[in-house]
Amino acid sequence: MASAAATPVAIGSKKFTESYVLGEIAKRTLTDAGIPAEHRQGMGGTIILWEALRGGQIDVYPEYTGTIATEILKSDSNVSIDEIRESLANLGVGMTAPLGFNNTYALVMRRSEAQRLGIRTISDLQKFPDLKFGLTHEFLERQDGWRPLRQRYGLPHENIIGIDHSLGYSALTNGSIDVKDAYSTDAKIEQNDLVVLEDDLHFFPKYEAVFLFRSSTRKDAIAALRRLENTLDETRMIRLNAEAERTKDYARAADLYFNVGATSVPRVSGRSGHSEFGESFPRKLARWTLRHLQLAGFSLLLSILVGIPLGILASRGGAVGHVILGFVGVVQTIPSLALLALLVPLPFFGISIRTAIAALFLYGLLPIVRSTATGLQDIPRALRESAVALGLSSTARLWKIYLPMASRSILSGIKTSAVINIGTATLAALIGAGGLGEPIISGLNLNDHVTILEGAVPAAVLALLVQWCFDLLDRVLIPKGLRI
Amino acid sequence: MSALVQLIEVSKRYGEDVALHLTSLSLDRGKTTVLIGPSGCGKSTLLRLIIGLIEPDSGSIELDGEPVTRDNIDALRRRIGYVIQEGGLFPHLTARANVLLMARHIGKPEKQTHDRLTELSELTRFSPNLLSRYPVELSGGQRQRVSLMRALMLSPELLLLDEPLGALDPLVRASLQKDLREIFTRLRQTVVFVTHDLSEAIYFADEIVLMNEGRIVQRGTIADLRERPADPFVSEFINAQRFL
Repeated sequence: MASAAATPVAIGSKKFTESYVLGEIAKRTLTDAGIPAEHRQGMGGTIILWEALRGGQIDVYPEYTGTIATEILKSDSNVSIDEIRESLANLGVGMTAPLGFNNTYALVMRRSEAQRLGIRTISDLQKFPDLKFGLTHEFLERQDGWRPLRQRYGLPHENIIGIDHSLGYSALTNGSIDVKDAYSTDAKIEQNDLVVLEDDLHFFPKYEAVFLFRSSTRKDAIAALRRLENTLDETRMIRLNAEAERTKDYARAADLYFNVGATSVPRVSGRSGHSEFGESFPRKLARWTLRHLQLAGFSLLLSILVGIPLGILASRGGAVGHVILGFVGVVQTIPSLALLALLVPLPFFGISIRTAIAALFLYGLLPIVRSTATGLQDIPRALRESAVALGLSSTARLWKIYLPMASRSILSGIKTSAVINIGTATLAALIGAGGLGEPIISGLNLNDHVTILEGAVPAAVLALLVQWCFDLLDRVLIPKGLRI
Repeated sequence: MSALVQLIEVSKRYGEDVALHLTSLSLDRGKTTVLIGPSGCGKSTLLRLIIGLIEPDSGSIELDGEPVTRDNIDALRRRIGYVIQEGGLFPHLTARANVLLMARHIGKPEKQTHDRLTELSELTRFSPNLLSRYPVELSGGQRQRVSLMRALMLSPELLLLDEPLGALDPLVRASLQKDLREIFTRLRQTVVFVTHDLSEAIYFADEIVLMNEGRIVQRGTIADLRERPADPFVSEFINAQRFL
């Protein structure tokens, strides 16, 4: 157990069931080999995982050969496995041989609808230009995604929306959309009675599952991962995916991989105490909430420490004031997901709580800077001049007169920032920083409303509590003379 | 050496508008000088130049023989009391805290400031019971008394008042006028008083400085202005107010 003291091997996974399950399988494989490992679930999409691997925030994650060729290496999708391995090696990244299944993209439809219209292949879609497509954002943008597919098959459809992968299945079953993209091993295809349309023009490249790892990863860990090569075929993967979605327990689904085909004696799981799936709901809630408060609280503190001085500078107007207010205003217009994605590739940030706090800090600035600046600017000129005429030094004027007089405005800005932060902090889970966003994202991923509410309701309650605490704080911090 | 304040060839303009043409003026110690004239004549500009709220474009200002510079302005301001029309009291501080603000800031002994506060509340006829109130809880007249106490706290050599009674109703105004004059006499205070009201000027002034369009038109006693007007504007200004 000497190796237990070493830094655990960090495994990442993308935000969908199969990636979660593969991540758990890798974790179990490593821990069974006596190598400490941790699994950061559902960190995001390809680019986030790739940057995290390159930046060293994670050591291993499951990926698909087609994605590596087109998205990561930006090359043709027809390159061979050996060519891929060589290119990756130059980037300091290693790759296992395929795990045994091809999870390619596919277009799926409701079985009943396909039969009614007589659609069997993707080419058949040409005859029905009114069908509504709901495609994931990633598929819409991919080099081997929607645009070249549409070109190859000459698809005339105009009615195309971008939709989250999990939500897309609900949309498909309730008839809001007719066609969506899916992965060929997706358990939901069977669960929702869908059919995969035949890729009759052989458009989709091969998406063989592999593990990517940093070349610097410890040798015994790489050897352990290699043992997974060619052990997992499509049928088995679909079963594992189905099990994961049914039980909402990725670790248990991963266990299935180790049990099937092994001895008839089921493994006794003595690890449930350490597994987060063994945690009771109140404990999980407490953990999420605590992390959520850490994220929101620490970033708010930074926003206050930086925002108030910036607000004071901005209140003096001039070019500096314009630049400050302009900057914090622009930051606010960046969508929070985009801001996270922009921060992830930077050194020091990466996939970590630091990135989440930095993003929340930037979002918290605007209300505080603006309220500080307006609070100070709203002080009547006669009172400013009185303070000057008394002979108070500029520091004393600021601390004894101006800031107390602007306190109501400044506090209201801080309150706004705090409430926004509590809400936005749910996105931190996208980059594995935890908090109440964790159940929301898992719930979205599993299309499970109860799980979503487990995060959404406490987050809303938290926002209300914070608002209430600040209302109390107003009475302590705002001078009485300003409240009468 | 009886001049306390000297303005030597000062002028001030805001863009195209000349607020004050080249002006020299010396103010005697122990006297009450009233600056009077129509709105925009430059009387407030003159006062704001003395306290350093604005800087002159040309010329210099001396207090007690010492030229006013950016370096010594804060120290000099502590030797000057300043009261404005709205009182200028800080709303987040009680009357007491407003009055004691500077004394505390420069670290005067508590005992000394406390004695001075008692003295001032007698002098200004401000009930000590009201000292713990905030400005919003006081009447306009009470606020001006507090503002006067604040201005007098550090026993300034010079007291500047910019239309201090302008916002008060006539009865309150009359009683405060009487008290103010008593205070000036008792303290032998050097006072510069800005007003546009001739009767108020006559009531307070040892000397009247009549201004118009950024220039001093005439300075002297009311008798001088009435009997020996330097300019037709002087008679016009005096006659206009007489019939009000």
